[in-house]
Amino acid sequence: MRAGEAYAVPDGEPGAVHIRGTVHDGEGAPVPDALLELWQVSPRELFARCSCEPGEGDYEVVTLLPGDEAPWIDVSVFARGMLNRVVTRIYFAPDDVPGFVPPGRRATLIAHDDGDGYRFDIRLQGPTETVFFDV
Amino acid sequence: MASPSSYVREPDDGSQPPLDFPPYKSTALRHPNEPLVYLPHEVTEVTGPQLIGAEPSDLDADLTRQHDGEPIGERITISGRVLDTAGRPLGDTLIEVWQANSAGRYRHRQDNWPAPLDPNFSGAGRCLTDSDGRYSFTTVKPGPYPWGNHHNAWRPAHVHFSLLGQAFAQRLVTQMYFPGDPLFEFDPIFNSVRDPKARERMIAAFSMEDTQPDWAIAYDWDIVLRGPEATPFEEAH
Repeated sequence: MRAGEAYAVPDGEPGAVHIRGTVHDGEGAPVPDALLELWQVSPRELFARCSCEPGEGDYEVVTLLPGDEAPWIDVSVFARGMLNRVVTRIYFAPDDVPGFVPPGRRATLIAHDDGDGYRFDIRLQGPTETVFFDV
Repeated sequence: MASPSSYVREPDDGSQPPLDFPPYKSTALRHPNEPLVYLPHEVTEVTGPQLIGAEPSDLDADLTRQHDGEPIGERITISGRVLDTAGRPLGDTLIEVWQANSAGRYRHRQDNWPAPLDPNFSGAGRCLTDSDGRYSFTTVKPGPYPWGNHHNAWRPAHVHFSLLGQAFAQRLVTQMYFPGDPLFEFDPIFNSVRDPKARERMIAAFSMEDTQPDWAIAYDWDIVLRGPEATPFEEAH
């Protein structure tokens, strides 16, 4: 397993998908020291902790697509320059994003099928800043 | 026992640091500009992973016995209880710690200031609390560490603590400090906690009672995580 990869389920498990992304700072630069923790309860309880690829800010997690009972993944983001974690969610369908998320920002919570898995970038600050939650 | 339906929210009373804190320069580009969106607690917030990796062994909690020889430095124990805001102990909960060596040098590639590495010290430990919520680590006291935030910037000696808690909402990463450190007043990270009482709570207490003769100075430090908002509904028996 190379740096920047993490496994909630083994790669060969039926239904395993890859979720990849980059963590960006307020100038769009990658955050190479970001640490992500992903937690989902559907189709079963799954957890992955993922450091970004050193120097790149890229992460990759192998997991299962969340099922209908809770169709999202909770994500904690830690890094230098962050005095507390920020929390976001990865959704896979626009209709699943809760109504209380501001309309113009809902897209930042939706992962995109890029043909080889899903892409979910995290922008800590800036014009297309990811929605972060008060948990 | 069923999961609680929600956890208490952190009051905005200065006990938690802000994300935007200009004296800590790296926060400038890494803090969200937008206000956080209130998230009502659902199943993913009131449950959480209970273990990462293998179950910790006793050696995982002793940072002085992970190599062929013992590390240089003052052998100390750090012990305490993990509780929630309602005073309930959290048993069998995972604590991970990491720290610099006694010279203030971390064993990772980004740290290369001229302090010696210790071949007998890696600086990482983990344990599960017992059924009373008690934990204990044996280590060497870390040294202060220069970090380039501003001219002549030094972090006070500290140990990083990471706790899973029983739920995603309880997750906490924090730092423990040592009493009497002259660097507190100069440290932006320590002072990002605006409430003086909350800053005091980050400082461990020297314990003569737990200090072991001819062996190790003891520090005591209890950790309080957010508790459930209401008593969880017990399942009918």
